[in-house]
Amino acid sequence: MHFDIAMGGLIALYVFMLAGFAGWVIIGNVPAILHTPLMSGSNFVHGIVVVGGVFALLNANNALEQAIGFFTVLLGAGNAAGGYAVTDRMLAMFKTSGSRAKPHHGHGKVHHLKKS
Amino acid sequence: MVITFSTLTIGLANLLAAFLFLFGLKRMSSPVTAPSGIRIAGVGMIAAVLASFLYVFSVDASAQSHLLVNVALALVAMAVGGVGAWFVGRKVAMTAMPQMVAIYNGMGGGAAGGIAAIELFGSRTHGVAQLAVTLLGGLIGAVSMSGSVIAWAKLDGVLKKPLRFKGQQIANGLVFLAGIAVGGWIILGPMSGAAMILPMPTWITLFFGLTLLFGIMMTLPIGGADMPVVISIYNAFTGLAVGLDGFVLQNPALMIAGMVVGAAGLLLTLLMAKAMNRSVTNVIFTNFGATAKAHHGAVKGTERPVEASDAGIKMRYAASVIIVPGYGLAAAQGQQKLYEFVKLLLAAGVKVRFAIHPVAGRMPGQMDVLLAEAGVPYDMIFQLDDINADFATTDVALVIGANDVVNPAARTDKSSPIFGMPILNADKAKQVYVIKRGQGKGYSGVVNGLFYEPNCNMVYGDAQAVLIKMIEAVRGLGAAAA
Repeated sequence: MHFDIAMGGLIALYVFMLAGFAGWVIIGNVPAILHTPLMSGSNFVHGIVVVGGVFALLNANNALEQAIGFFTVLLGAGNAAGGYAVTDRMLAMFKTSGSRAKPHHGHGKVHHLKKS
Repeated sequence: MVITFSTLTIGLANLLAAFLFLFGLKRMSSPVTAPSGIRIAGVGMIAAVLASFLYVFSVDASAQSHLLVNVALALVAMAVGGVGAWFVGRKVAMTAMPQMVAIYNGMGGGAAGGIAAIELFGSRTHGVAQLAVTLLGGLIGAVSMSGSVIAWAKLDGVLKKPLRFKGQQIANGLVFLAGIAVGGWIILGPMSGAAMILPMPTWITLFFGLTLLFGIMMTLPIGGADMPVVISIYNAFTGLAVGLDGFVLQNPALMIAGMVVGAAGLLLTLLMAKAMNRSVTNVIFTNFGATAKAHHGAVKGTERPVEASDAGIKMRYAASVIIVPGYGLAAAQGQQKLYEFVKLLLAAGVKVRFAIHPVAGRMPGQMDVLLAEAGVPYDMIFQLDDINADFATTDVALVIGANDVVNPAARTDKSSPIFGMPILNADKAKQVYVIKRGQGKGYSGVVNGLFYEPNCNMVYGDAQAVLIKMIEAVRGLGAAAA
């Protein structure tokens, strides 16, 4: 094993450790009321796997790899887009008693729904 | 890898994405800033995805001849997967959110497993450490994918009952060990120089077959009410698999995003297990419903049903009401009618609050989202620790489609399987109404002593139908007075 690869592995462990710690602290501060959007939001975040899928598919050099790569990108893109769509929808619903009366500026759709 | 303009751009875009993910998630710690949080994270995702197409400038020599086809495949896959999931995500009912989260966990897990598969089939990983990490990423991704599909099927009602058979845990253990053994052989076989018996691709296929099978078998026996834990676990698993793939592909953005999600999922898993007073291994490896059948518990007395209209009128003239929603409310799609009823009570000067148990519903926070959807302001919604002391000074506790989370046996009966689980003290209110489909035990199979208490009355029926009757009764009063 080369020295630079060993260092790479060790630095990777540092990245994992720090990211895990950051995630734990950040998520620990999220109130229970937001746990569902938090979960779908973190769903969305692991949709970044689509980037790895694109890399793998672009480097595919036979039909089997192309097929797996195609489904990898398909699933990853679905994960990211769907996770974003549901999280954004849910978060738009959370209102306080005070903010309910205020008009929802810049959101034609919401207005329309309220009228009907 | 030689640093070129394209690889540098990809690297910087991924760095930006990692930062925006963390910053966006940080903004999720308050309902006020949370909507901007997801949008910030969305910008990061778009940057990373757009930059990923710059990989065309640094593909392997062996893939050069396939490049045009591969780019076309990537664009089609992204369009089909992304646009399809976007429209489904925009339209799906809020009550179906647990299924959707399960599906997204499965998709992410499948993608992570797919990346590991390509790396393995193409023999792109070298050295014990890298090969082991790839296999681990593949294993976790595959388990998360097939397990999430089963979780989805359960949550969506496709699979109605947990599948349990004798010796199930042993069978599951054997499948898991077989998968590990095949994985070990993939690493060690070629190194030892021994004959591989089967060609390498066959071993890799076998490895994924066994791990997918294990995910299915592990999830089949788990019951519906344990789903908050299961969904959290698969969320953590998928994050972890993505993080490990990031290591294999030397992509720090995947490593960071995956690990943050892994930590988030782990935290939620532990929170959910704590709210059930059970360990995570207990949830996964114990057939809870089966063990609980031995404890029927003898409770004296009878359940006393009342008319929905009487209960509604009683609440109209109460000073304070606390509402405890559970899965039954979601199943009956009763959240809109509930808030309509609550607005009538508020107009009559009743103090109304909602008390949410951490494991109410089928995923963490599901009740909060349903109430938010109906338009309930979140300052009326309280979590267990913040409201539990207030039941004693409350006139009416209205329990809707919840059972085990208000069972006083958790406090008092040491022989009860749910003993020690934190519960909402609805029984301490002066009057308790329980809206329930019919007589019967909760998911745990334990008799709920609350239903037989002198201060408790049952309102039988579908939650939505009962709430409509309550609304009519209270409206009728208003019309009579005017």
